[in-house]
Amino acid sequence: MQLTGAEIVVQCLLEQNVRTVFGYPGGAALYIYDELYRAEKRLTHILSRHEQGAVHAADGYARVTGEVGVAIVTSGPGATNTVTGLATAYMDSIPIVCISAQVPVGLIGNDAFQEVDTVGITRSCTKHNYLVRDVRDLARVIREAFYIAKTGRPGPVLVDIPKDVTNTLCEYTPSNASVTIRSYRPTIKGHIRQVRRAVEMMQVARRPLLYTGGGVILANAWKGLQQLSKSLNLPVTHTLMGLGAVPSTDKRFIGMLGMHGTYEANMAVSHCDLLVAIGARFDDRVTGKIAAFAPQAKIIHMDVDPTSISKNVRVDLPIVGDVRAILEQINALIQEENIPSKQVDILEWWEQIGEWRKKECLRFTQGEQIIEPQTVIETLCRLTNGQAIVATDVGQHQMWTAQFYKFQRARHWLTSGGLGTMGYGLPAAIGAQVAKPDQQVILVTGDGSIQMNIQELGTCLQYQLPLKIVILNNGFLGMVRQWQEFFYEGRYAQTDIAVSPDFVKLAEAYGALGLRTERPDEVEAILRQGLAHPGTVVMDFRVRRESNVYPMVPAGKALNEMILGEIL
Amino acid sequence: MRHIISILVENEAGVLSRVVGLFAARGFNIESLTAAPAESGETSRITLVTEGDEPIIEQILKQLNKLIPTVQVTNLSDGPHVGRELMLIKVTTERGQHEHNPRDEVLNIAKIFRAQIVDATPAALIMEVTGDNDKLNACLAMLEPFGVAEMVRTGQVALSRGTRK
Repeated sequence: MQLTGAEIVVQCLLEQNVRTVFGYPGGAALYIYDELYRAEKRLTHILSRHEQGAVHAADGYARVTGEVGVAIVTSGPGATNTVTGLATAYMDSIPIVCISAQVPVGLIGNDAFQEVDTVGITRSCTKHNYLVRDVRDLARVIREAFYIAKTGRPGPVLVDIPKDVTNTLCEYTPSNASVTIRSYRPTIKGHIRQVRRAVEMMQVARRPLLYTGGGVILANAWKGLQQLSKSLNLPVTHTLMGLGAVPSTDKRFIGMLGMHGTYEANMAVSHCDLLVAIGARFDDRVTGKIAAFAPQAKIIHMDVDPTSISKNVRVDLPIVGDVRAILEQINALIQEENIPSKQVDILEWWEQIGEWRKKECLRFTQGEQIIEPQTVIETLCRLTNGQAIVATDVGQHQMWTAQFYKFQRARHWLTSGGLGTMGYGLPAAIGAQVAKPDQQVILVTGDGSIQMNIQELGTCLQYQLPLKIVILNNGFLGMVRQWQEFFYEGRYAQTDIAVSPDFVKLAEAYGALGLRTERPDEVEAILRQGLAHPGTVVMDFRVRRESNVYPMVPAGKALNEMILGEIL
Repeated sequence: MRHIISILVENEAGVLSRVVGLFAARGFNIESLTAAPAESGETSRITLVTEGDEPIIEQILKQLNKLIPTVQVTNLSDGPHVGRELMLIKVTTERGQHEHNPRDEVLNIAKIFRAQIVDATPAALIMEVTGDNDKLNACLAMLEPFGVAEMVRTGQVALSRGTRK
């Protein structure tokens, strides 16, 4: 049948089972939006207040559902505003298809109104991108875009479509056939000899440790991970991106590792004799000083992306493949060969970990006068049983949430780990709430971060999203201030944000409920009131101004050179 | 160590900038690069000479493979291969500075390096020299005293020996 390019765009989205898109219209996108208007019943469009918000929302949607998030924007500034969102998704390997409109083919290169070289600008912050100059390529390109976004190591793919292409008729044939791209064939299964070798190494290890990252979440591999940890009795540490894969209350979970990881996790890395990295990429915030990272350990690395292997740390046994498939292979082998649980032979190792745990590195004291930020997160976790979907922005509040919110489930944690994007949280939480209207979605943010995309409160209210926003308000850009305190002799250059809006009044101006307290004894009551409210709520907690995140491994130091808190 | 990397890519718009952008973004070095359509018109072959220690080269090969339009990446320096580069060189041949007729001497050098004379005017000659990197450098060194007005090199292309691809 003959369809216009815009109709093909909508048909292809429906083909991919897309039911929700996030976006912002504009001149070059008008034909696409005209089709979205007609398809309103089958395809819901959520209007953000800024294109960055649309991409982060698609990202949040993708993280909680495991599906591909979709954002649609116009040319020029619409496209450039997506760059931070795309880069955020690219660093965290989140599957997104971003459709950007472009000026008509004949005007490309003429410095036309709202023209930018979108594919040029986004080349290095997308997994792949396309400029569709011919409507006959459009359906194939969109199908490929979805396939590339969700397979292998997932990531954002951008499709740039000139306005005239969206208004040109072309023969369209519906298709659900699987896409093949001869130059792109991700590895799924692990090499069986490598898998066997990995099991052997786990069998003989005396001080083994599973170190797992966002890859376990992306590959939906947490069941396999839990089984492995349980059947061999192996301790597990997660990266920031990996939280939720093993319930935080599991006795084999020893906390997050890295710069703000737990004492026990960082000490375990520093002393293990076998480190099994699964869907993690040895980021500098995880390893600290590379030369002193897991110095006594043999390293196994399972990852779908060969470039991640031996990029930062040389590994002894690489296994390339989908970590879910690899973990299934490993677990099957353990069962087939009746490999016993490591109870006795690693007893000393568990005892040692127990000793490190006794340090209680996350301990803090809540006084009567000033709210400690940790108290808010701890109370929030208790009131929600660790079951809520929690998004954060970036900074101290992000690390406190990672440390004190005891995640019970995967795909309930949305944070910008790789890029560290302030302003990510609110739109990502919106995407999550749109995807899961019946679940409790909470944004934990700071007074700095929230102001980087605060306009998205409008989106919350337009769609009546029952989002709960918790601001840990300390009047500082807290994490940068902490670094200035530790490493720049307390010279607080431009980290005192003297003027913030009255967040309660701001919430009310948008039509949301605003709550505030500065008293420790009111924290729980405010949280209860906010969580029980049916609509959007902004809770402003005035917390201790100069609290620090502990433990902390200073940048470039070894993981066992942690700065512990004042009370330790 | 120098490595000659042969990259077969889909012949589509922007593919060269993906390859070059990758090298720029990750701080890898490009000594030379040539690109032209390959055996079938659907693909292009990019031959790239780079330098780096083993982990760097391993990353380069993996990163190139990761690009979606990349069909095949081969490190030709891993095995026996034949490499060639073409150089056009314009040498001034005016009398005056030299005792002998400089033109005769330049022609002699051309003979030694099996160079072709492809243009001649009273004041200058252009010769075409083909060979590996060392040969072209040697030829250039010999001609420099006569005054090299301009020079252009294609960068190296190479194929592995035998039937290996």
